[in-house]
Amino acid sequence: MSATRTSDTRLPPRAGRTAGVIRALLSRPRSAFGLAVIVLMVGAALFAPWIMPHDPFEQSFDGLSMVGAPLPPGGEFPLGTDLLGRDLFSRLILGTRTSLIIGVLANGIAILLGAGVGIAAGYFGGWVAAILMRFTDLMMAFPALLLAIVLAAIFQPSLLIVALVIAMVNWVQMARVIYTETRSLAERDFIQVQRALGAGHLRILLRHLLPHLLSSIVVFGTLGISTTVLLEATLSFLGVGVQPPTPSWGNIIFENQTYFSTAPWLVFFPGAAIVLLALAFNLVGDALRDILDPTLKGRH
Amino acid sequence: MSDPVLKVRELNVQVATPEGAKTVLDRLSFDLRAGETLCLAGESGSGKSMTALAVMGLLPKPMCRITGGSIRLGETELVGLSDAGYRRIRTARVAMIFQEPMTSLNPLMTVQQQLVETLLEHDACTSAEAPRRALQLLRDVQMTEPERRLKQYPHELSGGMRQRVMIAIALACDPEVLIADEPTTALDVTVQAEILDLIRNLQRDHGTAVLMITHDMGVVAEMADRVIILRHGQEVESAPVRDLFAAPQSEYAQELLAAVPRLGSAPPRRARPATDPVLEVEELSVRFPVRGGILNRVQAQVHAVENVSFEIAAGETLALVGESGCGKSTIGKALLGLAPWTGSVKVAGRQTRGLGSSAMKPVRRAIQMVFQDPGASLDSRMTVGDQVAEPLQIHGLASGSEIADRVAHLFRRVGLSPDMMARFPHEFSGGQRQRINIARALSLSPRLIVADESVSALDVSVQAQVLELLQEIQDEDGLAFLFISHDMAVIEQVADRVMVMRLGQVVEEGPRDAVLRDPRHAYTRRLLSAVPVPDPTRPRPERIETESLGSPIWPVGEGPQLLNLHDVAPGHRVAS
Repeated sequence: MSATRTSDTRLPPRAGRTAGVIRALLSRPRSAFGLAVIVLMVGAALFAPWIMPHDPFEQSFDGLSMVGAPLPPGGEFPLGTDLLGRDLFSRLILGTRTSLIIGVLANGIAILLGAGVGIAAGYFGGWVAAILMRFTDLMMAFPALLLAIVLAAIFQPSLLIVALVIAMVNWVQMARVIYTETRSLAERDFIQVQRALGAGHLRILLRHLLPHLLSSIVVFGTLGISTTVLLEATLSFLGVGVQPPTPSWGNIIFENQTYFSTAPWLVFFPGAAIVLLALAFNLVGDALRDILDPTLKGRH
Repeated sequence: MSDPVLKVRELNVQVATPEGAKTVLDRLSFDLRAGETLCLAGESGSGKSMTALAVMGLLPKPMCRITGGSIRLGETELVGLSDAGYRRIRTARVAMIFQEPMTSLNPLMTVQQQLVETLLEHDACTSAEAPRRALQLLRDVQMTEPERRLKQYPHELSGGMRQRVMIAIALACDPEVLIADEPTTALDVTVQAEILDLIRNLQRDHGTAVLMITHDMGVVAEMADRVIILRHGQEVESAPVRDLFAAPQSEYAQELLAAVPRLGSAPPRRARPATDPVLEVEELSVRFPVRGGILNRVQAQVHAVENVSFEIAAGETLALVGESGCGKSTIGKALLGLAPWTGSVKVAGRQTRGLGSSAMKPVRRAIQMVFQDPGASLDSRMTVGDQVAEPLQIHGLASGSEIADRVAHLFRRVGLSPDMMARFPHEFSGGQRQRINIARALSLSPRLIVADESVSALDVSVQAQVLELLQEIQDEDGLAFLFISHDMAVIEQVADRVMVMRLGQVVEEGPRDAVLRDPRHAYTRRLLSAVPVPDPTRPRPERIETESLGSPIWPVGEGPQLLNLHDVAPGHRVAS
């Protein structure tokens, strides 16, 4: 394969293609914005200790008003403080770590699992599909939150376990969608041609089916990011997610939601961060779908 | 002569494309009189369907719009008419039937509901009268058992019956103009003959003006009073049908008519030296299970192919003909291992029964297939060069720069430039795509190519070129073809031998001239007499009797009676 990549019938080699895709992403204002947001958030997560203006765990006396209420945004605390006088900005920055890991890791596992199960069931059909899809239906029928609580209770709560638990709950929808789509694709002539040529299953699945499924995977994958971050918040709220005092965007919202009328910034800023993250992935995902589809070339 | 019912003057239609507005209809003018049939003929992209949609006010918005001209229906100007105004016109005064009757009918409503809905929508009768009127309409379109059909849903009807229902709906309000957009293209030839016959009779009885849109010059010759030939949205020639066929004036019309395959005009096939068979098929049967019930058990079987035997020699073309559902495509799929089969298939002397997928691999190299739809059989996300190279990689026949050379050679071989390798399928025309498919099939240097309706989706001029290419390849390489088609005229051009199939069994087989010019089986004769002949001076055929084909579905353990073939001449065998 590697040798054939150099010949002139082929697309440019892999590295060149990736560079081309990134260039295309940057040339569109919306996806460039999305990409910038993602880079910023990843940067914030990586360099959190150096960026944070305050210790996110320190219950600062200065952080509370004379009557003990949290401070609104402005002055020393740019985004205000929470009920314990902790700096919200610093907690959000540190929370980026948790939320990104959960959002990307949990969602990534869910995509891999869901797409894998869906493609396998849709392509092979027969008893493979029967077993896989019945199992998927079973998972769908099970209350997601209950399942998550049970799983989280069995294993020691840790970031990885939380991510796995969320993935276990979220892969089902993806599997359903991909299954249906694969089934109709597998009947199409260009797949029949491949069978007639004697192509192996792996070649058909990876080279011919997967590229056509990419748009659905991208759309569902980016939609999944926000639900994942929120599910993590729910789990944290129930005490089976990320353990306090470690901040995550979700648990900041849940800790403070009862004070929404007196201290709205405590819910607004983490909420905005979640929306921004989901939006960024969505913009990049949409653009990626169009860039990878040669029939849309030159039409954006 | 009466005043025209429909007067189109200087009609311009533009489509918005990424490159800017494109004119798809350019100053088209014509008149249509009561009782007259005007055919708009042309190849794909000529604007013939656009004309129909423009008259019906159904141009896809917002990409398409009328930029000039006028369409007058009697005293009513249709260009610029409001949606509400159009609703009063459509079906009531101008009705349309489409190519695909299944998708034009609502699958969740019975035939009666759909007819009654149309009648009441246009206040053609009271709701009390409606069911009676619906029944009368079905009788008018000569539907068999009309009382029973009223209660049925579209999926319970055959393609021909569905098109009859569509015609009944179109004629419900006795319109002045009937627009028929390729009304028989999706139908078998015998059904096509019935439907054309019906349209002719209804037109005679009601005095309706018919605007017929078709690509098939045979249909034009049988139906039209006058013809307009369109190309790239412009009128190329407009003439009474007999004048056009007798002496086409424009160069394009001459080319178009010359490219039409005419049954009975093909030159004799060149004699071939006797060679060993590439393919020997014995007692091939394909059955598909019909499952149902609580336990999902096999309750019946579709006997798609039943006990078929044949041989193809190197350099020979065997044509398989028959109507849809006769099993001809299933045979092709079975040979490539795409359908489960029983019996014996020997490829180049090698038995393939019971071979696993790895043992089948070398066998596959000997048989390749070219499908009907050239676009659908290419992967839209991969460059065409990569796709032609793929079989070489799968079978490990070449590597490195050798692949590029081989692919370039194959591109030149099918008449394409190697520069095109880095493009994607959507950048090619239908004929070019089919060339790419042929290049891919040739990449493994097969001995036999199964061509399943490979030219049916192409325009006639392109069809002629692709057939020529296939002939060239056969002459050079001694390739054998199994040519599956419903089109008798095409088959006459390419075949050495012909096999006629009906309900999964062979009813007649023999050398081309014997089967097509001296058909012995009643079914072969019926097929041949139903083919529309591109010659308007020929007397229109007598009404072809409708024959129910029967069903290929049998309960487990039962099956159709096997037909015995007996010789009527050397190599010419007919079912008794």
